Amino acid sequence: MTMPMYVSPEQLMKDRADYARKGISRGRAAVACTYSEGVLLCAENPSKTLRKAGEIYDKIGFMGVGKYSEFDQLRIAGIRHADLKGYSFSRDDVDARWLANQYAQILGQYFTHEMKPLEVEMIVAEIGDSAEEDQLFHLLYDGTVMDTSSFVVIGGEAELIKDRVQENWKSGSSLKESIKLTTKALSGPDKSFSSDELEVALLSRGNGRRAFSRIEGEELNELLA
Amino acid sequence: MTLPIFTPPEDPGPSFFSLLQKVGIIEKISEKIGNNASVTHGTTIVAIRYKGGVLMAGDRRATSGHLISHRTMEKVFPADAFSGVGISGAAGPAMEMVRLFQLQLEHYEKVEGSPLSLEGKANQLSLMLKGNFPAAMQGLGVIPIFAGYEEKTDEGRLFQFDITGGRYEEKDFVATGSGSLHASTVVKLRHSSSVELSEAIDIALEALLEASEEDSATGGPDLLRGIFPVVAKIDSNGFERISDVELEGRTETIVQKILQRGNS
Repeated sequence: MTMPMYVSPEQLMKDRADYARKGISRGRAAVACTYSEGVLLCAENPSKTLRKAGEIYDKIGFMGVGKYSEFDQLRIAGIRHADLKGYSFSRDDVDARWLANQYAQILGQYFTHEMKPLEVEMIVAEIGDSAEEDQLFHLLYDGTVMDTSSFVVIGGEAELIKDRVQENWKSGSSLKESIKLTTKALSGPDKSFSSDELEVALLSRGNGRRAFSRIEGEELNELLA
Repeated sequence: MTLPIFTPPEDPGPSFFSLLQKVGIIEKISEKIGNNASVTHGTTIVAIRYKGGVLMAGDRRATSGHLISHRTMEKVFPADAFSGVGISGAAGPAMEMVRLFQLQLEHYEKVEGSPLSLEGKANQLSLMLKGNFPAAMQGLGVIPIFAGYEEKTDEGRLFQFDITGGRYEEKDFVATGSGSLHASTVVKLRHSSSVELSEAIDIALEALLEASEEDSATGGPDLLRGIFPVVAKIDSNGFERISDVELEGRTETIVQKILQRGNS
């Protein structure tokens, strides 16, 4: 009988965490922040088809970085969960906290039980009737959940970008100010992004029932100017 | 309820309806059985194409047998931002069908990142009707109208259905429900391909009024209680309901016209 090679649990977890972190930090970063009318989702993303931000439900948005196929699968699972819940109960019964918890469970389960952890970092955002009720949930690859009402940075160089946002951050900013702040933080002081390199989406109280919308092309250029 | 995650061969794709079946929330719709004696029925719907769009209108009455069960029922709904659906037939299954249809379109749009084509939406409705066919044979038939704005050609499009799920695109106008015979005659006499929105609204109101005079299951405009048909336009600005204030003004003009005619 051969003995399986012994690896201490500490080492195993550390290896997995390192693996996930490495995968995530290779990708580009994304920022979500609250502004006067709701939540701004902003990412460096030259692709117009492989999106990082998406609509989950009336007032709930999603953003993911890392391995596209993995966070996209979770995005779709989130939409399915939200639509099923809204269909079985009522549209008002669908909330982001519940969804974030479900995501956390799945991420945690993958992290401890599967061969390979999910290489993703995600944000679940929800807007309320007023700015005080806006919420951002930050989910890590191991199932850690954090919530905030200011801003979250995910992806590669997150710490650096977070410091840049923190420097100029103030709550209740206008959309234009927020877009400028986040894009500048993503690009760094030495360069700037054109609208083609960015993916910008909103959850706005002014959009009616479905709060999610994208800002692209001319509209985005004007806001960046 | 846990996060619905599927293995690739089990994945229901962007269809909300398949998803419901996968998670077992609904059995196939066809398993619903009923008897039609006291089932609530909704009645007359018309849809008219005008320049750059399409107009939908439905009366407000629902009946159970010979009784009026609702005076304010709505039978014209937005399906998504650029299309609408009107229903006639058994109210329960019809309302459920609309709810599922709306969800199906929104679900697809969210999962795929872009909306279905207009034809695709009409086909979805057709499939749902097919599922309802056994119930239709037991008296729970639903006959919808689907209308939407086609961006590519900047015009409205209309689809009519039958209880088996048959889908028929119409060029000018469609009417369905118990008062459809009378309503469609009115529309037919006044409609032309150059009709503008304002005239289309008048035609629709008059068609429903005439239908209500000849068909007991169709409700006329109720000036006493301020209940008017649901009228909605769908054009490049999307689905938008015509306000009751405007409908009241137009209805009064039509009533005056009938009075002058020396009521026949």
